[in-house]
Amino acid sequence: MINFEPTEGDRKILDQVRTEALICRKYARYYDENEHEFPPDELEEAKGKPNVYAMFAGRGESDSGLGVMSMLISAGQTWGDYSVRMHRGAGGLGNAALRAAGTPEQNQKWGDVTLAMAITEPGCGSDPSQVQTTAVLDGDEWVINGEKIFVTTGCRCDGVVVWATVDKSAGRAGIKSFLIEKGTPGFVVAQKEKKLGIRADDTAAFVFTDCRIPRDNLLGGNEEVQQKGSGGFKGVMKTFNMTRPGVAAIGIGMAEAALDFTRDCLTEAGFEIAYGGGLHTAPAVVDKFQRLEAKYEAAMLTILRAAWLSDEGEPNNTEASVCKAKTGTAVREITQGCIEILGPMGISREHLLEKWFRDVRITDIYEGTGEIQRMIIARALCGYTRKELN
Amino acid sequence: MISFKLEEEQEIARDALREFATEVMRPIARECDEAEKISEEFLAQSWELGLVSTQLPEAYGGGGEARSPITNAIILEELAWGDVALAIAALTPATFANAIVDHGSDEQKQAYLPLFCGEAYHAAAIAVNEPTVAFDPSIPRTVAEPKGDGFVISGVKSFVPMGDRASHFLVVARNNGGLDAFIVPRDATGLSVSKNEQNLGLRALPTSTLELERVELPASARLGGAAGCDVRRLLDNSRTALAAAMVGLSRAVLEYAVPYAKEREAFDQAIAQKQGIAFKLADMHIETESTRWLVWKAAAQLEQGIDATRAAHFARSYAAEQSMWIADQGVQVLGGHGFIREHLIELWFRSARTISVLEGTLGI
Repeated sequence: MINFEPTEGDRKILDQVRTEALICRKYARYYDENEHEFPPDELEEAKGKPNVYAMFAGRGESDSGLGVMSMLISAGQTWGDYSVRMHRGAGGLGNAALRAAGTPEQNQKWGDVTLAMAITEPGCGSDPSQVQTTAVLDGDEWVINGEKIFVTTGCRCDGVVVWATVDKSAGRAGIKSFLIEKGTPGFVVAQKEKKLGIRADDTAAFVFTDCRIPRDNLLGGNEEVQQKGSGGFKGVMKTFNMTRPGVAAIGIGMAEAALDFTRDCLTEAGFEIAYGGGLHTAPAVVDKFQRLEAKYEAAMLTILRAAWLSDEGEPNNTEASVCKAKTGTAVREITQGCIEILGPMGISREHLLEKWFRDVRITDIYEGTGEIQRMIIARALCGYTRKELN
Repeated sequence: MISFKLEEEQEIARDALREFATEVMRPIARECDEAEKISEEFLAQSWELGLVSTQLPEAYGGGGEARSPITNAIILEELAWGDVALAIAALTPATFANAIVDHGSDEQKQAYLPLFCGEAYHAAAIAVNEPTVAFDPSIPRTVAEPKGDGFVISGVKSFVPMGDRASHFLVVARNNGGLDAFIVPRDATGLSVSKNEQNLGLRALPTSTLELERVELPASARLGGAAGCDVRRLLDNSRTALAAAMVGLSRAVLEYAVPYAKEREAFDQAIAQKQGIAFKLADMHIETESTRWLVWKAAAQLEQGIDATRAAHFARSYAAEQSMWIADQGVQVLGGHGFIREHLIELWFRSARTISVLEGTLGI
């Protein structure tokens, strides 16, 4: 049955997330201003307390699905702060790739370590077919050469899934994923990136120089280069079907924080925020605020839709792009609009609003820009291939 | 539990109405709009589907299925995809009947619900709109005053659907500082019903202006009896329904624009293959989807009996903004062809502007 109310069991978890988020928020400004310090793996306040995901044990069939709940938890956590967590979660984007494409042996060997995902290069972002990093088979080893940037959890991961081409002439079909352990000779973490927002976040640049790894470290184990346009690349892209809703959820949590802060300020200033009234009954600021709230609601529902489809085992490729595109736009408009509503107060670093404005900006860029998402959606609508619409 | 899962019956209803909209409504939409006339045959055909009576209690001759705002939202999206004017005409009796089911006293149910369980289309309508600047349904100018055991109502209502034939009107009025709804029979002394209004869009839908000049009503005319009713809830219901119709309209525009853009070539390429057009289509899809989920959320809250005012506000206001935007983009994708009446896009463009101001331009 169509229903948008969390169950009592869901609420218990989400309330805990909120409690933790309020604690994390206290550290938000510090780690934003001191971007070269990492937030601790475990906060003082977290000592001896279980991770929120431990609460998933014993949930009933009538409770919301894991995908849906993951979205709400992510949003609930970033409502506190993008980077600071009670307990730093194990796993990175590379772990999602491992689960999606790894062999059982690889999952067993690498499943418990934190894996980053390195795709972007100085000269290639949204078009991964332009990957310049190479992997050459030399005996029983792959030799990796190239540079990667914007690697999330790059400094603190134990290993990384790297996209490299085994055959440049094959285009996208030549791209394979490789598991590379930290400490492998020839693998250097060049620097932590300096950014507009999410400054506390661990984002690194990697350099690989004749970095040799075992032949078995090819993710999924398939060395064969398929013919151009045979669809082999699609498997690689499947990783994004939950990561796109995931980063959308991360963005929407911060947008919600901005709305909550703005609502409190407006209410304190004596503005009544009532619903159901007409155009001439509300002041312009309230009207503007409610428009932003509606954008939040709309974006959140597209995220839940994509996650719910995944929980149901249904394809959600287009929906993942819909929620990513929708949220990428919404969070920018929301945080920019909240600052506009609050005026000079909105830009003061005494409050977190200016930080949320900076932090959400990445939402429409990483995991595929808004433009890429629209391309994917339009292709699906028109039944076009990548070649027909690019 | 958060879920987007349709019940099996909802899927069946959706599929059946999609077929009805395609085969019965679309082919006559243009003709009815040009003639500014509803098709009597269509009203009879839609009545046969049981759209109005299915959810009325068995005790009064209805189908006895549980009243479901979610199912209604799904139904409305499909019918409005066919044509908004025809969809509203078909479902106007339901707005009246459902208000009686939700808020009426036992006597009122007994008196009015059987009217909608007969063989032939029977019209009765809710009268909410008023011809004032920036009309706000929560502060109508129409006023009820107590007189003896009953009430005297005065005011003007406009855009009352099926006003040409409705046997009863549910008139929303101010009463003692609050809001109430009153059942006004067509032949009430002091009530005059105008001839059909002439509007920008939804021309096939007969709408009337009601003038109520000291219309005297018995106490039993007050919806909900002595206790009155929660008019806010009534408005939440109709706003959600209007928003659902806007989703259908948006989808109609998108589904027309996509094949057109694939067919139409410029500079040796289908215009859909150009990012300028492709991104428009993508955004039209994104916003159609977004709006649908807002509608479903409001409908689900209504169905669960929890406060839905905020969700209905968002659904209705977002739908109004986006359906107008989508219809506007639809015209743009078709270019000159969007402007000529050979295509339905221009009709939808007018429909979008019309439906999105009904029951008041909400804050957003």
